[in-house]
Amino acid sequence: MNYGAIAWALAPEAILALTALAVLGMDAALARRWSVPVRWRAAVAAGVAGCLGALVWMAAADPPGRLAGGMLVLDDASRFVCQALAVLTMASLVLSIETALTEHIGEYVALMLLATVGLMLMAGAENMVLVYASLELASLSLYALAAFQRESRHGLEAALKYFLLGGMSSAFLLYGMSALYGLSGEVELSRMAPKLARLGMDPLLIVALASVVVGLGFKVAVVPFHLWAPDVYQAAPLPTAALVASGSKMASFYLLIRFMLEGFPELAGRADWRGWEGGWMPLLGMAAALSIGLGNLVALVQSSVRRLLAYSAIAHAGYALLGVMAGNAEGTAAVVYYLSTYALAVIGAFGVAGIVERNSGGDRLENFAGLWQRSPLLAACLFVFILSLAGLPPLAGFVGKFAVFAAAAGAGGGGLGLIWLIAWALGMSAVSLYYYLQVLKQAYVREAEAGRGSSAAWRVLPATRVVLLGLAVAVVLLGCFPGGVLSWLRAALGS
Amino acid sequence: MASWTIYLSFIGAALLLAVRPRDMRWVRGLALGTALAGLVLGLAAAARYPADPAAPLIVLARARWIPSLGIEYYLAADGISLTLVVLTGIASVAGVLFSWNVERRAAEYFALYLALIGGVYGVFLSFDWFLLFVFYEVAIVPKYFLIAIWGSTRREYGAMKLALYSLVGSALVLVGMLAAYGVSGGQTFNLIELARGGFSSGFQTWAFPVVFVGFAVLAGIWPLHTWAPTGHVAAPTAASMLLAGVVMKLGAYGALRVGMMLFPQGAMVWRPLFAGLGVIGILYGACVALVQRDFKFVIGYSSVSHMGFVLLGLMTLNATGVGGAVMQMFSHGIIAGLLFAVVGRMVYDRMHTRDLADLEGMALNRVLPFAGLTFAVACAASMGVPGFSGFISELLVVIGAWKAFPPLAVLAGVGIVAGAAYTLRVLQKSFFGDHPRAPVEEMGRGQGLTWPERAGAVLLMAATVVVGLYPSLLLDIIMPSLQASWMQAMLKGGQG
Amino acid sequence: MAGHELTWLTMAPLLGAAVVACLPRSQEARARPIGLSAAGIALAWALGLALRFQDLPGYQFVERLSWIPYLGVEYHLGVDGLGLAMALLTGFVMLLALMVSRTGLERPRLYYALFLLLEAGLMGTFTALNFFHWFLCWELSLIPAFFLIRLWGGPMRGSVSTGFFLYTLAGSVAMLLAFQVLFLATGTFDLPGLARLSQEGGVTARLSEYFGWPEGVSRRVLGWVGAGVFLGLAVKVPLMPLHGWLPGAYAEAPTAVTMVLTGVMSKMGLYGFLRIMGPIFADAMRGAWGMLMVLAVVTVVGSAAAAWAQKDLKRLLAYSSINHLGYCLLGIFAALQCGSESARQAALGGVILQMFNHGINAATLFGLVALVERRSGGLRDLDDFGGLRKAAPVFCGVMGMAVFASLGLPGLNGFPGEFLIFTGVFAAAPWAAVASVLGLLLTAVFLLGLMQRMFHGPLPGRWSGWTDLSPREWAMMIPSLGLMLVLGVYPQALLGIVNAAVVELAAVWAP
Repeated sequence: MNYGAIAWALAPEAILALTALAVLGMDAALARRWSVPVRWRAAVAAGVAGCLGALVWMAAADPPGRLAGGMLVLDDASRFVCQALAVLTMASLVLSIETALTEHIGEYVALMLLATVGLMLMAGAENMVLVYASLELASLSLYALAAFQRESRHGLEAALKYFLLGGMSSAFLLYGMSALYGLSGEVELSRMAPKLARLGMDPLLIVALASVVVGLGFKVAVVPFHLWAPDVYQAAPLPTAALVASGSKMASFYLLIRFMLEGFPELAGRADWRGWEGGWMPLLGMAAALSIGLGNLVALVQSSVRRLLAYSAIAHAGYALLGVMAGNAEGTAAVVYYLSTYALAVIGAFGVAGIVERNSGGDRLENFAGLWQRSPLLAACLFVFILSLAGLPPLAGFVGKFAVFAAAAGAGGGGLGLIWLIAWALGMSAVSLYYYLQVLKQAYVREAEAGRGSSAAWRVLPATRVVLLGLAVAVVLLGCFPGGVLSWLRAALGS
Repeated sequence: MASWTIYLSFIGAALLLAVRPRDMRWVRGLALGTALAGLVLGLAAAARYPADPAAPLIVLARARWIPSLGIEYYLAADGISLTLVVLTGIASVAGVLFSWNVERRAAEYFALYLALIGGVYGVFLSFDWFLLFVFYEVAIVPKYFLIAIWGSTRREYGAMKLALYSLVGSALVLVGMLAAYGVSGGQTFNLIELARGGFSSGFQTWAFPVVFVGFAVLAGIWPLHTWAPTGHVAAPTAASMLLAGVVMKLGAYGALRVGMMLFPQGAMVWRPLFAGLGVIGILYGACVALVQRDFKFVIGYSSVSHMGFVLLGLMTLNATGVGGAVMQMFSHGIIAGLLFAVVGRMVYDRMHTRDLADLEGMALNRVLPFAGLTFAVACAASMGVPGFSGFISELLVVIGAWKAFPPLAVLAGVGIVAGAAYTLRVLQKSFFGDHPRAPVEEMGRGQGLTWPERAGAVLLMAATVVVGLYPSLLLDIIMPSLQASWMQAMLKGGQG
Repeated sequence: MAGHELTWLTMAPLLGAAVVACLPRSQEARARPIGLSAAGIALAWALGLALRFQDLPGYQFVERLSWIPYLGVEYHLGVDGLGLAMALLTGFVMLLALMVSRTGLERPRLYYALFLLLEAGLMGTFTALNFFHWFLCWELSLIPAFFLIRLWGGPMRGSVSTGFFLYTLAGSVAMLLAFQVLFLATGTFDLPGLARLSQEGGVTARLSEYFGWPEGVSRRVLGWVGAGVFLGLAVKVPLMPLHGWLPGAYAEAPTAVTMVLTGVMSKMGLYGFLRIMGPIFADAMRGAWGMLMVLAVVTVVGSAAAAWAQKDLKRLLAYSSINHLGYCLLGIFAALQCGSESARQAALGGVILQMFNHGINAATLFGLVALVERRSGGLRDLDDFGGLRKAAPVFCGVMGMAVFASLGLPGLNGFPGEFLIFTGVFAAAPWAAVASVLGLLLTAVFLLGLMQRMFHGPLPGRWSGWTDLSPREWAMMIPSLGLMLVLGVYPQALLGIVNAAVVELAAVWAP
């Protein structure tokens, strides 16, 4: 085993980890001399530089492929996920300047970067031990990040909930993985698959499978494992919530896909309209149907925008499960595309919500009233993000959703087994337009109330503007010209 | 060149949003210029259309778009598309003219307006299902905001209802589209290739109603029409004109271009039901319009009634009826535009009431003689008096219906009479009240119609009269398009 | 203009209407002279055509252009004697009606424009030979008539104009639906073509061929199709019991409009019977012959009885009009079963004469009513008048002549038509003739009653200032009176034009 090669291959992750350390040191050194805003800017700038470095490295170097005897598989597709994660982290970091939520700036930024490292490793890990380790790295960082606002009771409650439920899900996952190891004697997903296939429907295997699904289900927040999500999204510090909603979800989904498709390809079962067979497909199918239904219906009655986004995220997880259920490279490519575009939009939406919160003191729908008068740019960006989340063309959210559904429809050789789930998803996404439009109605239709800080324009940091605008442009461009990325992903996954 | 109708509209919208001219003249000028350019391009394309049954399609743009899903950027036009493109051009120019008095957030207003127009052009010119759907959805959002921001009575409710109905409809369409994609092997969304490829009759039997109803929601099919009256009433004038005039045609066009063209056997199975719903729409819309007290609701329900003819025509599945349906789309687009322009702009913006009982005391034909003339012409056209476009299109639809379902043809005739009844009622009440409450001179002071209103009204009236007197202008491009090979499977359903 | 004579016959009033409509407000006063001259030009044009017209079979001044190829619609114009007679009548009555119209009208531009539009529609109806075109003009004449009643009518104008419009439109829709079926089977809207096809028995065959029905079914369906067309035409004439719209409309319309309604528009229905119903659906009508005859007799007698009960001058004349038109229907129906060629020719010739003469007479009578109204300030109840002969002897004389012409006194123009009709009816259905004579008697009674109540007895004090006909009014009436005399004494003047048409029609009507 060549450690040099491994270090070389893991250079992006290493860059991020080193940046984290550097930020910690820098902030500790400068804490006395510089004011808080300056420290924020410096720390974020360093973090962004690290992310950029990692990005440039990943873009320039060829993906190393299988590493360390198959512990890590850093192929094109997982590198794509990593790049996306780096971008999302950058965006979250920049948005956190605006919130200025803590004085422990170095720690905050470093934890963000470490969480990203964990997530990036998750995307590449093939070995269950490494999977667990990277998952915990990411999770623990995120738990801490969620609890950063110590003065807020809601924040602490949410962080505790996140921690407890997250811990439980890790336990499930660990239990499932140990059972899998016990059954197959392997810790690598790809080697495990043929051995498990020979076992058939062993009761223990079923327990193991269910445990893994439960564990990952928590991470991606699908019903019935979604309970933590609304609280965290609502009460956690905004950049944390944005990262949880975007990066964490993306990496967890990628992990879920690999677990299911590489680990248990023979145990898929069927979730067709007329034919159900035991396996993970029916489990995911039920979870998807419930998530889509519950997420959208509960979102209808929310008055807090962050909470609304949380329930909509549950629904989006449900949509993405359809791509997993397609069970082929098309489906995976579609899910990855879908989640990256979703992540862009959701970070953007959280960013706008953060600015509204800071200026008007809340994230209730009414707080968004008259946004078009206060900041046309913010309103326009919010318009793009929300409509992309709603899945309206020509925005990226639509293409992603469409690709996922098309993959599900195309799976099974024209049998249309999943059409019931597609129809349900489409119907509910029509319903979802109602609550998305509630946000835009406030932002565009209503006038700013005289009492609430008048209709004076809100000041937004230039960096935030640039990020939000960049995200919006990306959402539009990925919606109008999705062909290249989708084809590339499809090719990367097909090999 | 016709594809520039789409691009120009979006460019105009983007320019308005980006530049936000302070001077209202620039805003209006830009909007009018864009709309006019679209009309000219559309007319030019229609005039140059070869009308050759052997080569009925003009390809405007074709490129791979999302290759992994087999999606193409495929813009093309046949006579049916071009007819509706011309309609859109006329309606959009008239709409801008009737929006001349919009002052509040004018740049945004016209930007959304042009974005809506661009989406509409896009739908009519798309021959890739996915692309068509994209444009179809693009049109939904501007509608919502146009109504919610600039509308009147219960605008937020009307806007939301419209948006949700539209989206539920498009969800149905998407289900059908994905199912067709799955069944056909996921190679293409090209409508013509899909039509050539054909689907099994079992699949068509359930896919047709899904797709057809999905589109027909927007065409105001009874009993899913209820968004139409509330939406029309809530919308600002130009948006009502577009909604009734053009957006409802999107639904009907989609039902024809996608639903019927791809699933002809399904259409054959389901056509008695949908033709029946069309006729119910005709009669129901007319009867409800007969008892409305709000001027705009009368017009709103009249749209439901007229669109019933479109559905009936489509479901005849013969060239005469389907061609008639397309003519009716054009005709109703123009006439609805006129009616809404009179109600919303000429009357409501001046008198601030739409209650027929109030209007009866205003002797509007004396106060606003030009509006009276316009409305009289619009009413005559709406009733299907010969010499106006409504007559020839209803004539064709009913002839088609005779071939397919004779009893429904008779009921459609009853619907024409009922249509005359409510039209006469509203004409009398709104403009020809006999006992003005105040001296006419006093009410009429400072109320003269402005030049944009006159110009818009003349444009629309000219369109309905020209097509009414010389329908061959459109028939000569519509009918050859129906002879295209991919339309034949659909038309073989009916006789002749 | 050669080759487009009939187009110009329609265009003359249409252009006039356009000119009047485009006058600026300051030039309002010119509306009347321009309107009158346009109507005058149209009449002169029609007279010019009559001079060039030769009494030969077939259509003359034919124009034929493709219009809507997809529907086989052509721009096909042409007149035979019947059409020309109707065009002449239209030109004459229109001019008279415009002259009788009050001078101080509100919104004169609109009034004269609508009037000329109406004239254009009527001219078009009488010259069109394609159903599409014919129907277009038929319906287009409805709209100006509606607005003329609606805007310048009496107190009940709102409901009356709606009733008028809806009644007629419902009939028209029935007719349209029927023609659609006919079009489907035959592929043409051409009226002469359809007539030819029908006489060869081809329509039934085409129906069978197209719909795949057996002969018997097609025949029955053709009957229903004919019923649709019948409905459209019968409402317009009207045939009882489809006359509900008429008395109100005649009474509430401004009197000049009533002149047109009764003088010309009612003839549109009869013209339709002669041009469309008979040639295409003769067999179908024969199938319901008994019922048709009964309805015609009911119309004749019933309207006469109803007229007797009227007090309102215009309503009385309205019912009297129905009565006179009833004779025409009677003649048309009776001729279907006339065995002999000469009886048929008599009946149909009588119908055409009666159409023309009734147009003149009724228009004149209503024109005189207009003059009465002008003097009485709008009063027109019979009980309001009396003894006017003393105050206005000339007026009384003119009115008397018109009344006598109307009730068919030999020597005046009402007589030859009715006489010929009765000749034909006697040949076909003596019972109907006998029953209708009752109508004749009643007509005489109520018309004479009218004369008596208006002009005899004591003169009420308030009419002591009643003025006689002014020279201008006198001049207006002279042409009508002249026609009454000339056509009464020398009906050949008209028959000379329509002879060939009558012969052709009689051939078509042959059982």
